[in-house]
Amino acid sequence: MSETVIEHTFVAPNAFTQAELGWEAWLEPLPIDELTDRHWAGLVDKGRANSPYFRLLVRDPDILGARTRTDNDIFYNEKGGLPRAQRELSAASASRTNGCIFCASVHSRFATHHSKRHDDVQRLLDEGTSAPQDDPQWRAVIDASVALTKTPNEFSAENVKQLRDAGLDDLSIADAIHGAAFFNWANRLMLSLGEPTPPKE
Amino acid sequence: MTTDVIDRLVGIAPGDALDAIRNERPNARENAQASFDALLHSEELDDASQLERLAIAYWTIALSQSPAAPFYRELLATEDDATASALDAALPGALTVGPYGDYPDGPLSVENVPGLVWRPEAALESAVSHRLAAALAHTHLLVYRPRDSSADALQTLLDAGWSTTGIVTLSQLVAFLNFQLRVVAGLTVLKGEL
Repeated sequence: MSETVIEHTFVAPNAFTQAELGWEAWLEPLPIDELTDRHWAGLVDKGRANSPYFRLLVRDPDILGARTRTDNDIFYNEKGGLPRAQRELSAASASRTNGCIFCASVHSRFATHHSKRHDDVQRLLDEGTSAPQDDPQWRAVIDASVALTKTPNEFSAENVKQLRDAGLDDLSIADAIHGAAFFNWANRLMLSLGEPTPPKE
Repeated sequence: MTTDVIDRLVGIAPGDALDAIRNERPNARENAQASFDALLHSEELDDASQLERLAIAYWTIALSQSPAAPFYRELLATEDDATASALDAALPGALTVGPYGDYPDGPLSVENVPGLVWRPEAALESAVSHRLAAALAHTHLLVYRPRDSSADALQTLLDAGWSTTGIVTLSQLVAFLNFQLRVVAGLTVLKGEL
C-alpha cells in the first residue's frame, strides 16, 4: 500500500517578494504527539515543532540536526568574516538563481533588515541577479553566489579576485562560498517537499 | 573518528591556511561531516538501503560533474560494482547544465528555461530496482531543475515503494551533496589563490 501526497487548494505565490510567506508540505509532517526525544534533539530549537517543514524533515532526525547546526554557524557566527547582510545576500542570490520563491522571500527580507537597503534587494528580486548593484562587495557576492549555484559550477579564480578587490578577506570569501552552497541544500528541500502559501494580508 | 570528507576532497591538511579558516566556523565544519555520516553511515536503513544511498550519492555528484565523482564512485563500487557501471553507462545521456525549469504561471513565466526531463533508459531500468530507478530520476530533477518539483514527483516516488521517511532521507542526501560539492569547489578555487 503506497501513501498519497497532500494536495493543497491555495494558489501558491508566483513572483519573488520580500513579504512573509508560509509553507505547506506535500508529505505528512510527523504529528507533534509522535515526537520522541531523538526527534526533539533533531529539531535543535523546540519552537521549530510548529513548522510543517521541520516536522517533515524530522522524520530523519540526525540529518536534520546536523543540517540546522551547519546552517546556524554559517549564517549566525559573527566572529569576523562576511557581514550578516551579505551572508543573507548570498542566500538570496542562490535562491533567486534556483527559483526558490520561499527561500528568496525569507533571505531577501533578512538582507534588507541587516543592510537597510530594501530597494537594492528588491531589484535583485525583480530584475534578477544581473540587475545593477553599485556596491562592489554586493556585486562580487552576488556574482560568486550565482557562479557557485550553476551546474556544473562556474565559480573561478576570477570570483575570488573580484571578492578580494572589493575588500573582502579570506574568511569572508569562505563565508560567501558557504552561504551560497548552503542554499543549494535548502532550496532543494523547500522546492521539492512542499510549496509556499500566499502572504498574510 | 573518520576523515573529514571536505578536507580530503579539497586537500586540506592540519595547519594549512584553509584549515585555520574552516576552524573559524567550527560547528559548520563539524556538522558538514556529521551530515555526511548521518546520510552515508546510518544504521537505520529500512527506508533507504545503503546501496540506494550510495547510488543516489554517486549519481548526484556525477551529474554535477564534480571532481569529487571518483570518491563517490569508489564508495558505490565497493558496495556494488555493477550499479556503478550501469550509472556510468547512463551518464552521457543524462548530463546537461542547470538550473533550468518552470516557474508557477505568472510574471516569472518569461524566465522559464526548457531542458532535459530525464528518465532511466531500458538498460539502466533493468540493472537497478524499480525503486532505485525512480529515485535516480528524482535525483536528476533535484540536481538540475529543482523549481520543476511537484507533488506529482513525490507521488511517483511513493508509488515506486518509497516511504515518506525514505523520501525525506533521499531528498536530504541529494540536497546535502549539492552543498558539499559546492563547498569543495569553492574552497578548491580559494586554495589556489591563497
